[in-house]
Amino acid sequence: MRRSKTGEPSELDLLAIFCLLPSFLYVMVMFVYPFLYGIYLSVHPLKADGFSLANYIAFFTDQYQYKTVGITFRIAVPNTIMVVAVSLLFAYNMRRGIWMERTITTILVLPISLGVVLLAQGILGFYGGKGWFNQFLLGSGLLEEPLVLTHNFIGVMLSLFMQQFPFCFLMLLGYISGIDPSIENSARTLGANPWIVFQRVMLPLIAPGLAMAFALVFILSFGTFASAIMLGQPAGATRTIAIAAYAQAFEMFDMPYASAIAVIMGLFQLAGLLVIILLRRRMVMAATMGVGKR
Amino acid sequence: MNLTKCKTIDSLRFRITKRFGTKTVLQDFALEVRGKQFITLLGPSGCGKSTALNIVAGLIPATEGEVWIDGGRIDHLPPEKRGFGMVFQNYALFPHMTVFANIAFGLQLQRRPAAEISERVHQILELVQLVGYEGRYPGQLSGGQQQRIAIARALVLCPRLMLLDEPLSNLDAKLRVEMRAEIKRLHSSLDLTSIYVTHDQTEALSLSDCIVVMKDGVLIQAGSPQEIHDQPINVFVADFMGFRNFFPSRVVAVGPEKEVCAESPGMQLRGRTQHTFTPGASVVAAIRPDDVVVGGDAQSPNAFRAKAEIVEYLGREDEAIVTLETGGRLWVRTASRLAPGENVTVVLPPERVIFFPQEEQKGPGVIP
Repeated sequence: MRRSKTGEPSELDLLAIFCLLPSFLYVMVMFVYPFLYGIYLSVHPLKADGFSLANYIAFFTDQYQYKTVGITFRIAVPNTIMVVAVSLLFAYNMRRGIWMERTITTILVLPISLGVVLLAQGILGFYGGKGWFNQFLLGSGLLEEPLVLTHNFIGVMLSLFMQQFPFCFLMLLGYISGIDPSIENSARTLGANPWIVFQRVMLPLIAPGLAMAFALVFILSFGTFASAIMLGQPAGATRTIAIAAYAQAFEMFDMPYASAIAVIMGLFQLAGLLVIILLRRRMVMAATMGVGKR
Repeated sequence: MNLTKCKTIDSLRFRITKRFGTKTVLQDFALEVRGKQFITLLGPSGCGKSTALNIVAGLIPATEGEVWIDGGRIDHLPPEKRGFGMVFQNYALFPHMTVFANIAFGLQLQRRPAAEISERVHQILELVQLVGYEGRYPGQLSGGQQQRIAIARALVLCPRLMLLDEPLSNLDAKLRVEMRAEIKRLHSSLDLTSIYVTHDQTEALSLSDCIVVMKDGVLIQAGSPQEIHDQPINVFVADFMGFRNFFPSRVVAVGPEKEVCAESPGMQLRGRTQHTFTPGASVVAAIRPDDVVVGGDAQSPNAFRAKAEIVEYLGREDEAIVTLETGGRLWVRTASRLAPGENVTVVLPPERVIFFPQEEQKGPGVIP
């Protein structure tokens, strides 16, 4: 507890607690309670009385269910790597500003304002069998048969990329352009070419931001639901774990089982986070100490 | 390795123009440096001095112009191929590397053997008196230590030219004086060629073999510190060099030794000039506060009655603004104590009064 100079408890503390109350209540009601209730529900299956891990056991013994984990990873991991890599490429090269920067940034960021559904419709229209993209390829004689880019794995990847790239790009751009340019200038004058500057100076400095980007994009991708339904094959190749949970809840009306799947999903997301944090630590073991002062 | 055997350049010359959009930052800025000199680019912020340094370093491309070193043209070379050392205002150390790794960075890129690297890092740390700090990170060092590491990092590569971009501006006043002496020591003991950018006239005077005064991207005056200090060529340089008192006046007569007699509103002023004036010309008389004699002989030329207005105590001496009976105001510095409201006689010794041609609108007093 903070105290004023006289040793009396500061009056500010009461005021601070009072001001915190609304947000505290909001978080409790909207997040903590439903979260805990979901966990409680997941260990109280419909068919059992009281505590039971039956739902968890059911998930990991039913191939139809547990293979959604693999499917989700197959979507989330490549998507995360691609989104972060492309964002890094753009953000790094735009770090000192470029010609027409505002226009380019606006175009890159535009998909954020559209929402998933509109974006999905757009992708269906543009990349679909009769969409402009295929029409152009067929019409110009480059292709005999239209490319199948929607209602499959590729469709989901396209959609996720377009949704997540703007966030990731903006985040990294902010992070990278905040690094003092004289640091890389000094590296240049010491004999480092642009590639070495990136590798040995900039990358370690960007690493914390990069880890943050990886974490956010991975978690978003792992929970993908709408894109996997609208642009994928929700019954087969792109049946992600979120779809499995949804199906249990609103098709089978088994809320406890659905909660168990949601908890499993959360645990995998946590595991992914952990891996990213560990990788980051390894990458910049030395970087952690001196970054405070630039 | 012997640091004193670094091979430095014989000559550097450049002529550059730099425009950002429609704004001209450097206009045909030309300079030639011969031998192991310490050159200072001096000017107010925005005069283009840092831009010039960055162009020489290769960090910014020039819009037009050429940079030559020892007869070879280098302005097409990327910074890493130029072999110059550069020190930045904000140190620009690599925050994720230790002091050792920071200094060894350039040597590692040159693929020197590990034993040689650690020996040279040790030597350079000895030179900047920071042995024992190898394992620290920049964030754990003070500003002065960081700047010494930054200098060591550049020096360890034996640069043929050292470029220093306001290296002392981020330090507090006391450290700045210490580091100034340090830079002077390093420069003379290593026999380097250096270009130093600053807006601080004291730094420029104390460090340089040659000072280049710049304004709005144009070279105004170049010369030895003594020349710049004693014979500024115009009001701008004079103002920068501490002439704080300026009196617009009109020439009455010019003597054979270029002594000038001029008329300012309500007063007659005698002084000297390097310029050629004809009677009737609009000129500006200038004198430094410390050259004004307070309490001098009222019968001597350039003696005026005045009243002390604001008096600042500076320790050894007082600095004061006095109002002349004729109306003007005058900055003075004097060891004899003044009291506000006190009536005094001030004498502007004619050999200390310099006349300059009247400048364009931006007159005296623009530069703080």
